Amino acid sequence: MLRHVLRRLLISLLLLLLLSFITYVVFVNLADPLRARGSGLNPQQASRLRQVLGLDRKIFFRYFSWGSHFLRGNWGVSFRNTPVAPDIRDALANSLVLGGSALLVSFLVGSTLGLLSAVRQHSRLDRLVATATFLGLSIPGFFLALLLQLFFAITLPRWLHLGGPVFPVTGLMTPGVQGFHPLDRLWHLALPVAVLSTYFTAAFMRFTRASALEVLQADYIRTARAKGLHPLRLLLWHAFPNALIPVATQLALDIGAIASGFIVIERVFEWPGMGTFFIVALDRRDWPQVLPWLVVAAAFIIALNLLADIVYVALDPRIRYR
Amino acid sequence: MGNVHEDTQSAGGGAAPESGAPASVSGPRPEGPGAHEPSGLAQLTTKQLAWRSFRRHRLAVASAVALILLTLACIVLPFTTHYTYSGLDFGHEFEGPGSRHWLGTDVLGRDTFTRLFYAGRISLSVALAATVSAGILGTIIGALAGFYGGAADAALMRTADLFLAVPYLVVLLIVSTVFDAGLAGVVITLILFLWMPTARTVRGVFLSLREKEFVEAARAAGASNLRIMFSQMLPNAMGPVIVSVTLLIGNAILAESALSFLGFGIQPPTPTWGNLLADARYSFFEAAWPMVMPGLAIAITVLLVNLLGDGLRDALDPYQRVIQPTKWAPSGSEHDTGRTTS
Repeated sequence: MLRHVLRRLLISLLLLLLLSFITYVVFVNLADPLRARGSGLNPQQASRLRQVLGLDRKIFFRYFSWGSHFLRGNWGVSFRNTPVAPDIRDALANSLVLGGSALLVSFLVGSTLGLLSAVRQHSRLDRLVATATFLGLSIPGFFLALLLQLFFAITLPRWLHLGGPVFPVTGLMTPGVQGFHPLDRLWHLALPVAVLSTYFTAAFMRFTRASALEVLQADYIRTARAKGLHPLRLLLWHAFPNALIPVATQLALDIGAIASGFIVIERVFEWPGMGTFFIVALDRRDWPQVLPWLVVAAAFIIALNLLADIVYVALDPRIRYR
Repeated sequence: MGNVHEDTQSAGGGAAPESGAPASVSGPRPEGPGAHEPSGLAQLTTKQLAWRSFRRHRLAVASAVALILLTLACIVLPFTTHYTYSGLDFGHEFEGPGSRHWLGTDVLGRDTFTRLFYAGRISLSVALAATVSAGILGTIIGALAGFYGGAADAALMRTADLFLAVPYLVVLLIVSTVFDAGLAGVVITLILFLWMPTARTVRGVFLSLREKEFVEAARAAGASNLRIMFSQMLPNAMGPVIVSVTLLIGNAILAESALSFLGFGIQPPTPTWGNLLADARYSFFEAAWPMVMPGLAIAITVLLVNLLGDGLRDALDPYQRVIQPTKWAPSGSEHDTGRTTS
C-alpha cells in the first residue's frame, strides 16, 4: 500500500514537472515582450537587455530558475504590475468555497437519491430520479444560470413588487460591505451553488444508482440480509461505501469536464475564483498571470487524481498492491 | 453520419436507424410490435432487430424525428425570412414576439428568429463535423489499442486518460486566444478532446472480439491485420460506435456554445447559439427573448441528442444492456423487459 502510494506520488510529481516545463516553454515563446511591437527597442538594445535579464540562456536553465522562484512563492508580476501570487491564492480560496459547497450539497442529495432509486428500482421514485438525472445532465449550465438570474433578479421581483433581486446575481459579497458577513456570503453563494449542484447532483444520482444496483446484487449483501441485519444498517453500512467506490473513480475521470463547467459558471456569476481569473487574464493576454494559473490548475488536478487513486485503493479491499 | 462500409455477414452491427434502417425494414418481418415469439425473431437480421428495438423506444424515435426537423429548419428557414442575421430594423429594437418579428428583436433591432436559425446552421455543422471526425479518430485509436493490446494499448489508453483529465475548455480558450483560428480552430480542438469515449468503447469491443473464432479464421485465410481490424471486426463494433458518437454531439454543442458564450471561439459576425446567448446576456433586462431562445435551442438539441443516444444504446449496444432484474427491492418489483434506463 505504502509503496503504491509512493509510486503514484512520484509519477504525479514527474507528470507535474513535465507539464510545467511544457507550459513554460510554450508561454515563454508566446510572450516575448522584447519582440513585441511598440516596445521601442532597436535590435542592439533588445539583445543587450536579453543578456542582462538572462533571457539568452538555455531554456532548461531558465526553466529551473523560474521553477525555483515558483516553489519559493515568487510567482512574478502581471503586466499591470501587480504580484500574481496573492491574486491566485484568493481566487483558489473562492473557487474552493464554491466547489466545496456545491459538492457537499450534491453529494448529500445525489447519492441519497441514487441509492434510494436503486433500492426501489422501477418504482415511481426511480423513474423520477432517472428523468431528473437526464434533465440535469442535459441542460447547459450557463443557460440554467442565465435563467435563474433572469428569474430571481427580474421576473420574481416584478411579480412581488420588490425593490431588488431576491438573490444577488453576481459577485462574492455586496459591494462596499466591510469585513466578513457569513449570511451575505451565503446569500451570494446560493445561485452559483444551485447551478453547479444541478449538474453534480445528476452525476451523483446516475453513478450511485448504477453502482448500487450492482452492489445490492452481491452475495455478501444477501448473506447479511439472511443474518437478519437491520435494512437501514445494511444499506448505509455495508452497501453504501462499496457503491461509492466506482463513483469516486468516475468523478476523478471526469475532472476535466467538471473543471470546464466550473470556469463557465464562475464567469456567468462573476464569482472571483480561478475560472474568472483565467478568463480575465486570457482576455488581457496577461501571460505572466496565465502561466502560474496553469501550473496551479495542473497541480490541483493531478493532486485530485492522486487522491482519488489512493482513496480507491483504501476503500476497496479487493485491490492489493504489492 | 459515419456509414462505414457494410459487411455482408453483418454479425452484430447495424446502421444508424435514422439514415439506413428505414430501408432495411422493407424486408419480410412478422407484424405486431411486441412479437416475443423466438421463431419470429430468429428470422430477422441483426439490423432489423436493432430497428425493432429502437422503434419501441418512443422517446428516442420522437427525438430522432425532432432532430431531423430541427436540422431541416436550420437549413431552410433562413431562406424564407426577408431579414438577414445582421440586418437592423430601426425603431423596432427590444420588440417582443409579434407578427413583424416572430420572436422579437434584440438591442439593435435584429430579428431573433432569423438569427436563431442562421446560428443553428453554424452550431450544428461545427458540432457534427467535430463529432464525426472525433468518432473516426477514436475508432482508429481504439481499434489499434484493442487489437494489438500490450504496450500499444497501455500507451494509447493512458493518453486517453490524460486527455480526459485536461479541462478541454482551458485548451480551447488558449488556442482560440493565441491563434484566432476561427471555425477551423474550434473544430480541430474539439476533435482533440472528443475522441476518448469512442476510443474506449471500441477498444473494449475489440478486446473481446480479438479471441473470437471468426478473427482466427480470417487470419488463417491470410487476411492482413488491417483487413481483419477494419473489415472483419469493425462492423461488429459499429453499434457501440454510433451510440458513443451520438452522445458526443451533445458534448460538442455544449463545448462550442460555452466557448462562444465566453466570448472566445467563433466571433460575432458569424452567429452561433453560444455567441447569440453571450450577445443578449447584458441586455436581458430589456429583452429576454434574444437570450432565452438560443439557450433553449442549445438545451433542446442536447436533450434530443441524449435521448436519441439512449434509445440507440438500447437498440444497438447489447454490451450495455442490463438484463438481470434486481431481486433486492422488498416491494417485489416485477417488470417485463430487460430494458432499463441507465
